[in-house]
Amino acid sequence: MQRGMGLDISELEAMALRCRRNIVKMVYNAGAGHPGGSLSAIDMLVGLYGHRLRVDTASPKSADRDRFIMSKGHASPGVYAVLHERGFLTDSDLTTFRKLGGPCQGHVDMKWCPGVDFSAGSLGMGLSFGIGCGIAAKLDASERTAWVMLGDGELQEGQVWEGVMAAVHHEIGNVKVIVDRNGIQNDDFCEAQMRMFDVSEKFASFGWAVMEIDGHNMEEVVNAIDWADNVSDGPACIVMHTVKGKGVSFMENNPKFHGAAPSEDQFQLAMEELI
Amino acid sequence: MSAPSGGGASRDGYGAALLQMLDDDRVVVLEADLGKSTKSCLFRAEKPSHTVSLGIAEQNMMLVAAGMATSNYIPFASTFAIFSERAFEQIRNGIARPNIVVHLCGSHGGIHTGTDGSSAQSIEDLAIYRTLPNMTVIHPCDDISARELTLQLRGHDCPSYMRTARNKVPRAYTDESAGQLKIGHGVVHRDGSDVAILACGVMLNEALIACELLEKEGIHATVVDMHTIKPLDCNLIDELSERCGAFVTAEDHSVIGGLGGAVSEYIVSNKPVPLEKVGVQDRFGESGGSDELMQLMGLKSTDIVTAAKRVIHRK
Repeated sequence: MQRGMGLDISELEAMALRCRRNIVKMVYNAGAGHPGGSLSAIDMLVGLYGHRLRVDTASPKSADRDRFIMSKGHASPGVYAVLHERGFLTDSDLTTFRKLGGPCQGHVDMKWCPGVDFSAGSLGMGLSFGIGCGIAAKLDASERTAWVMLGDGELQEGQVWEGVMAAVHHEIGNVKVIVDRNGIQNDDFCEAQMRMFDVSEKFASFGWAVMEIDGHNMEEVVNAIDWADNVSDGPACIVMHTVKGKGVSFMENNPKFHGAAPSEDQFQLAMEELI
Repeated sequence: MSAPSGGGASRDGYGAALLQMLDDDRVVVLEADLGKSTKSCLFRAEKPSHTVSLGIAEQNMMLVAAGMATSNYIPFASTFAIFSERAFEQIRNGIARPNIVVHLCGSHGGIHTGTDGSSAQSIEDLAIYRTLPNMTVIHPCDDISARELTLQLRGHDCPSYMRTARNKVPRAYTDESAGQLKIGHGVVHRDGSDVAILACGVMLNEALIACELLEKEGIHATVVDMHTIKPLDCNLIDELSERCGAFVTAEDHSVIGGLGGAVSEYIVSNKPVPLEKVGVQDRFGESGGSDELMQLMGLKSTDIVTAAKRVIHRK
């Protein structure tokens, strides 16, 4: 299985730009969806699929593939955009986003979409699933790893911390978490909804190895992935500081675009900006 | 079928079945600090490498099990029936919806659980899990049938919920007669044509006693171990509708949504005949001995006899 796509930093950045355009197109065409958290996550998604994950488009369920678990499953346009780049989805598949019978369900779904390893939708569940994948890989003495992306608002779910504790207790070195610290959740800024203070410190206090990065700097993204890869005696967490809606001026840091589609004028403006 | 002697708790049968699967490295056991109670501790003692203890964290356990199942393992995850319910959304969205084959066991179900009181007595689990697409829902009556049905789950192709009970009841099966058990098919223990009593769990024993009491009054009852609540054995129900023309359901569970609910829903849309439900009326339990609580809640054989006479009168 090929590890990543053999792309250098500038090629990864170009891929991220194409993905950003597709994210906005998908949400605009569907008239609904979650552009903000897709745009904040996309550089890391590109880093993972373009630089690191061993997956096989010819055999999406291959037993020894790495797993990617998008726990904040509403950021599905970001996942579909990157799966499209990796060859799991066609141009026409992307037009099925939120449409009846298509692979691109509103929230990522392993039963509908090739290359998706986890059916998400309820926040807080992905890390636990990733730990299950990690324990299984350990039992199999396989080198496959499980990469889990969590939203920062999602950290308010108690189940996340059940998993954070369990990953350390079971010394799961093959589970890597990425926290998309974009600072905004459904209703408002995270700090207004439930203050979380220092997220890195929280993970570290449970015994995780933690690294903080700028989640929109592709070089930092790639380096952080390599760093997490080399942590093998326990779980690793990358807290990436991001901007919700990154790349589209009127969406950036705007709680309104957590889960709203752009108007026609806004769509045109976004397409002009994303070049 | 002759009545076997001795007693057994269905949770012991679950533990015994896990021990019989020790040689299968695909089988993994997950527990949430209640292994001694659910009897998964027996497996843990023999095969700690394939036992995952997750602490008092049921929600996490459900998704860890799902992750392992998608990596070609066969997870058996257990906790108390009531504590599985706090992870309902995890079971719904993380297991049933993607049809991931995880086998859940909720022990200490029903008011039979006794002195722990109402917080520990799940009387709604069968109803809850029955509503989920893809889920198989099982409630065996004794240790031998629990063992047999758990062993069958290893080859089952969809997720399941099995409720087991804490306390011993007289056995309805022997090692030999357990061979006739099959997930999704009721087992006829007594054959009569006046009324059909469909029972599950500890209530099968009460139904068998009720059958003897009815026989003394010249009333011939069929008694079925309806160990699988979903998928319901509709063929058997059709046959009994024709032959007996009246049903009594008996369960240590709310009369809302469990076995009685399932059978009612089916017959009302197919071959409607009168039905009476013996179960926990719309109320919570309390602390007390198993037998005391069964008296209080109307779950004794005499309650089944009363219900049988009433339903026959309604024919």
